[in-house]
Amino acid sequence: MNPIAEGSGGKKAATAEGFEPRVIIFACNWCSYSGADLAGTSRYQYSPNVRIIRVMCSGRVDPSLILKALRNGADGVMVSGCHPADCHYINGNQKAEVRVSFLKRFLPHVGIDPRRLGLEWISGSEGELFAKIATSFTEEIRELGPNPLTGDDVPEVR
Amino acid sequence: MTAKDKVGAVMVVGGGISGMQSSLDLAESGFKVYLVDNKPTIGGAMAQLDKTFPTNDCSMCIMAPKLVEVGRHENIEIVTNADVSSVAGDVGNFTVTLTKNPRRVDEELCTGCGICSLKCPVEAIDMYNEGLMARAAIYVDYPQAVPLKFHIDKERCIGCGICEGECPADAILYDQAEELMKINVGSIILSPGFDEFDPTPLREYGYGRYPNVVSSIEFERMLSASGPFRGIVMRPSDGKVPEKVAFIQCVGSRDEHIGHNYCSSVCCMHAIKEAMIAQEHTPGLSSHIFFMDIRAFGKEFDDYVTRAQDEFGIGITRGNRVADISQDPNTKDLQVRYIEGGNIRYERFNLVVLSVGLHAPRTAKDLSAAFDIELNQYNFVDTKTFAPLETNVPGIYASGAFSGPKDIPTTVAEASGVAAKAAADIHEARNTMLSDVQLPPERDVLGEEPRIGVFVCHCGINIGGVVDVPEVMEYATTLPNVVFSDANLYTCSQDTQERIREKVEEHNLNRVIVASCTPRTHEPLFRNTVREAGLNPYLFEMANIRDQCSWVHMHEHEAATLKSKELVRMAVAKARLLEPLEKASIPVTPRALVIGGGVSGMTAALDIADQGFTTYLVEREKKLGGIARRLYSTIRGDNVKAEVEQMAIRVKEHPNIELFLGAEVDYIDGTVGNFLTMLTGQTQVIEHGVVVIATGGEEYEPDEYLYGKDERVVTQLQFEEELAKTKAKNLPSTAVFIQCVGCRNEERPYCSRVCCGSTVKQALLLKGKCPEAQVFVLYRDLRTYAFKEDAYREAAEAGVIFIRFAKDMEPKVSKGRPKDGPLEVIIYEELLEENILIDADRIILAAAILPPEGNERLAQLLKLPLSKDRFFLEAHMKLRPLDFATDGVFLAGLAHSPKYIDESMAQASGAAARAVTILSRDTLLAEGVISVIDADMCTGCGTCIELCPYNAIERTEDDKAHVVEVLCKGCGICAASCPERAIDIRGFTSEQIIAQMSSVMNGGGM
Repeated sequence: MNPIAEGSGGKKAATAEGFEPRVIIFACNWCSYSGADLAGTSRYQYSPNVRIIRVMCSGRVDPSLILKALRNGADGVMVSGCHPADCHYINGNQKAEVRVSFLKRFLPHVGIDPRRLGLEWISGSEGELFAKIATSFTEEIRELGPNPLTGDDVPEVR
Repeated sequence: MTAKDKVGAVMVVGGGISGMQSSLDLAESGFKVYLVDNKPTIGGAMAQLDKTFPTNDCSMCIMAPKLVEVGRHENIEIVTNADVSSVAGDVGNFTVTLTKNPRRVDEELCTGCGICSLKCPVEAIDMYNEGLMARAAIYVDYPQAVPLKFHIDKERCIGCGICEGECPADAILYDQAEELMKINVGSIILSPGFDEFDPTPLREYGYGRYPNVVSSIEFERMLSASGPFRGIVMRPSDGKVPEKVAFIQCVGSRDEHIGHNYCSSVCCMHAIKEAMIAQEHTPGLSSHIFFMDIRAFGKEFDDYVTRAQDEFGIGITRGNRVADISQDPNTKDLQVRYIEGGNIRYERFNLVVLSVGLHAPRTAKDLSAAFDIELNQYNFVDTKTFAPLETNVPGIYASGAFSGPKDIPTTVAEASGVAAKAAADIHEARNTMLSDVQLPPERDVLGEEPRIGVFVCHCGINIGGVVDVPEVMEYATTLPNVVFSDANLYTCSQDTQERIREKVEEHNLNRVIVASCTPRTHEPLFRNTVREAGLNPYLFEMANIRDQCSWVHMHEHEAATLKSKELVRMAVAKARLLEPLEKASIPVTPRALVIGGGVSGMTAALDIADQGFTTYLVEREKKLGGIARRLYSTIRGDNVKAEVEQMAIRVKEHPNIELFLGAEVDYIDGTVGNFLTMLTGQTQVIEHGVVVIATGGEEYEPDEYLYGKDERVVTQLQFEEELAKTKAKNLPSTAVFIQCVGCRNEERPYCSRVCCGSTVKQALLLKGKCPEAQVFVLYRDLRTYAFKEDAYREAAEAGVIFIRFAKDMEPKVSKGRPKDGPLEVIIYEELLEENILIDADRIILAAAILPPEGNERLAQLLKLPLSKDRFFLEAHMKLRPLDFATDGVFLAGLAHSPKYIDESMAQASGAAARAVTILSRDTLLAEGVISVIDADMCTGCGTCIELCPYNAIERTEDDKAHVVEVLCKGCGICAASCPERAIDIRGFTSEQIIAQMSSVMNGGGM
């Protein structure tokens, strides 16, 4: 058993008070991750709830990874990539868009509010936008409350 | 001189950012480099800066990787503490005699541990910190110093012998004598930088008498986390945090009385940056800057000024030099006296910063004598418009502030440019003087249990000031497979690289994690270190606890510490699963494609061709020359037509240049090392290894000020032709120049940089031809930076009348009455505080420089980013001005942003040097992060083959998908779409990503 992956993973206190959302942002290396870096160099402050996972392209984010995150206790997941036509890999962001919109239609069927999944285009020169989105998405998730489904409630994906 | 007499080595004199960039470009192109500095350490002025404009990047953070790269490069030999005594020989084969002053510490033996400095009983003035703090008599300037070797200040050393007794390496050499060195090189680059102006003689500002009047460079150190006040803005008189700070511009610049009429070019932006950073460090602080003009002429600089005003509320006064400063003897507050709108005003401040000018280096005259090079009246190197990098001596080049005050990106471009020139002189001797790199064999770690070492960085106080670094370090040791953790002041410094290597060996580590800044800038450095420690470079992972933690949660110390721990935990989760990756090697096609045949494109093509590489030059028009064909003269009196014509002839006759006129890029494919291009109207496919983009710019066609409705209203380029071709008696007798037409507005917020200089040039030409002509210049900020200020003064003295207008107070132009009468220009005069009327028979509009429309298409073809103003966006505004994030593609000239001919040429030479760092290799190594397909799981459905944007997946004979490694760019689109989960991305495997995510959920600390 992986001692890191093993974890509480269980339901958090459902009270609105003291609830700190767990937000995962998948950021593509070329635009959104550098946008997040620019938020840092420009000192734009945002919510500390956000955890960034770097991928080379938003098109790398497999729907099963998003479902795994939600299943394992993330309260919100965001996929962020380059603006349309700016993708470093030609059109990976379009593929991400298709996958996310498909998944958003699927989520209600397993009892997950589709607002827990976001998609944003953030370029390497948009540090301020990154900070704004990080904070507003966290706040939106805070409004939604803790992710009611974790673990076995969500179907396992291969 | 025959080719075999040429020496494949270059001497670079001056180890600031300019010298470092030149050294790296040359060393990467197959030449031996001797980097000589007269100080005990390299780094120059940039090492003293806290932040850099216009991105507010931390100066040391972006420079440190370069420092380390220079320090560790096998083809660069650093010679410190050395002065040039004499030089003999000619281009291709010089012998330079250096005097190496004693360090009094053995460079071979000193480990940089610093015990000597701790034990030294002497307190000496720390000049690196501008005298604001003390240091020992045995010292290094700053912790990231390269080389990290201590140095004895012989003026202050009392010879007590304590350091000699304490030094564990027995490296102290009290009696070390100076030493003469003779070095044989083929060409020479001079980049000694600048010295700042000492404002003490300007008694009216009270510097040296009033403790709370400081210079901008002192203030820079005060802002620095590693500076005397640890980044807290305090008054030197009483340590109180000020509430109001004033910045006074043009101290020691634009001042004829002290013989420094030129503009120092960088101080406007420097002051804005310092004001912004000071307010960031000090909540409630208000700052006010007293400008003569705001000279924010660089790429996206005006946006920075707008941000300073709108977001930071920084106060701005412009128009006049501050008259004087007086001090309240009780509070030590300062009263600033200045003129606004014709009235004398007074304002009280707690601290005043003098923006001191850039002066020629103190060593300028010695260098001039030793190398026999000519200086201008201000002791800077006298370069020419069409030879901006050359001194008067063949084979000797000048870069950076030594040829005139300039900012960092301009310097870096020039530094690459001189590398191209220096290399062209000796290209036959390429690869003749290199040393072999000896890397230890890679240790096979397959099957070993992960043993992870975690190095947590304080980054000065960038991280340590917010995050509890020792706590994070302690926490790391509790994580699975972590067998060692460490905390470092700067993990990127050279001594820490050594430490990482030691710890890998000592603890038998097989995975390394650095928790510091962003992998985008620092991953390559640490991967090298890991490789040097005998590990595969991909057994490395970073946790970004600065850019994405301490800097964005500055006021939440606990949350930031908690988050840092989680980020480390995520990194550990991934690192446990890291595997060694191998890189495929790609052969390089040693030919270049240059797109655009203007001055920039021609220069780039010539400089690449001069180094012996075939260059294809494509120009969409039927003629070479670009927009420069519409110019007749420069502010320095050059004959542009003749120069451009000469350049075109050289291009046409060059044996290594193949020219395509009237053609455009139709299709381009490939990656660094190997591109395929189709041109319109050509059947031949061009194969090349690099691309230089020099697509130029266009003049805006105004719809303001009756342009197009009255033929007496013309643009600058139209007037250029009129001035050159019209007889004096037919030239206008009253001419009004209107600046900033079509730019510095909402639609195009940028400055077009060249218009003020061109206007002054044209005004002077008109006055020269028709001394009785009345000439008015209506401007917002007159941006005749550097030595162009001399022409501005000359124009004012010749009777040209300059009238400033505010952004919303643009002049009004109307057809006068009667209909054939003069045009009427109404402008509000700020000093008179009333409107004045000018009857004009010619109005000349300084129309903006626009990016050409073709940029959009080219950007899409090559997948390159454009800036918000639609110019090409370079990889990094400060230190990679000529590169793109995409390897193998380079940028020069107006395609980057508006600029003068000499600046375009310097950039173009620089792009050529950057291109040659690739062309001069036989092979490049492919990325390690690529897709891998498990053939056993693959059902051959073909989804990935269809989706791959690079056609990098092919079908094998047994109907399976297979990755062509050199074509794969590692995007992972295939992995995300494989229905069988048969595809993974090395370095970003699903298992690794899931481990990262799961470790977030585990802690509950969010």
